[in-house]
Amino acid sequence: MKTCLVVDDSRVIRKVARRILEDLGFEIAEAADGMEALAWCRAAMPDAILLDWNMPLMNGIDFLRQLRLEPGGDHPKVVFCSVETDPERIREALDAGATEYIMKPFDGDIIEAKFAEAGVL
Amino acid sequence: MSPQDIELFAALARARAGLKVDPGKTYLLESRLNPLARREGFAGIPEMAAALRSQRDEKLIWAVVEALAQGETAFFRDRAPFTTFQRELLPTLARLRGQEPIRIWSCACASGQEAYSLAMIAEQGEGLPPGTKVEIYGSDLSERLLEKAQSGLYTQFEVQRGLPIRQLLAHFEKVEDNWRLTPRIRQRVRWRRVNLISDLTVMGRFDVIFCRNVLSAMEPPYRRRVLESLAALLPADGLLMLGAGEAAETITTAFRPVTGRPGLYVRNPAHRAAAA
Repeated sequence: MKTCLVVDDSRVIRKVARRILEDLGFEIAEAADGMEALAWCRAAMPDAILLDWNMPLMNGIDFLRQLRLEPGGDHPKVVFCSVETDPERIREALDAGATEYIMKPFDGDIIEAKFAEAGVL
Repeated sequence: MSPQDIELFAALARARAGLKVDPGKTYLLESRLNPLARREGFAGIPEMAAALRSQRDEKLIWAVVEALAQGETAFFRDRAPFTTFQRELLPTLARLRGQEPIRIWSCACASGQEAYSLAMIAEQGEGLPPGTKVEIYGSDLSERLLEKAQSGLYTQFEVQRGLPIRQLLAHFEKVEDNWRLTPRIRQRVRWRRVNLISDLTVMGRFDVIFCRNVLSAMEPPYRRRVLESLAALLPADGLLMLGAGEAAETITTAFRPVTGRPGLYVRNPAHRAAAA
């Protein structure tokens, strides 16, 4: 079974995303910020990461840049999921190593389409 | 909705556009006809049905038919047909046609996502020799949907269904909360209102016709008519792309399936010979 780490400081968003991704066949782990997410990844690198941008302690973009430097950190497909919709911000996320990008709000169709696009379904 | 009203709407959709209306799906009918009834100033669907019975209002009849024809669509919907188009069909046609334009038709394009997906592929030009000309046409029964298609303006929700983020950044501009295709892509597509059960010879010749998820929405007798009309617009090596699960060979001998490419058909020369 493929694994997906859901990184978002909102418990509600994590819960909604978990339900959708479990239906798509993923085993889910959750983290509330970038620091916690890095700890998860160092313990067991997931196949996919759904990543919020604005979070306390370590935000999504800093987490992603650090992740890509970690051993095995190029493995996870990272799908950003953020309220940031400015094209320049989206480019910044892609330059940092994001595979795909979701603009919030999202639904199950969008998550499925984007994870398929990222090549992880 | 009363059974009589449902039959009235179904009869109109069938006679005018060959559309199949499932009388059991009242929720679907209501969701499509209620907004129209309100827009046209009626208290509800029964009042609109009564008006249709009492006078032959062509504008209202077509508005009903168009509302019932509204199709689901998305950018790069189902992905595989577009991959086949990009990697195989377009490069092959470019070699065969040389300087002649390659003509592609998205024949029931609804709000235009299929036609624009093809335009983005043509714009990228992967595997195409310099000077390749690709003409893309988009048509639909619905004027309202064609207006939206022509505007090239899509909601955030619409651009996230099937469209890779890099394509969004490359070919769209953000307009407040929506996204608009760049003029370069918009200018690649020509639009026209077309009823597929009418005379299609005015459309001219095409090299590839996308007719996906259209036949399954039509009454069986019209499916054959449409397929044979489309076959008449294709050259001997012309191709037809149907939706997954739509099988031309069960309807007519005008096409034969391309092995290993679900939904893709090539014109069957034996059919025209038999007809002649």
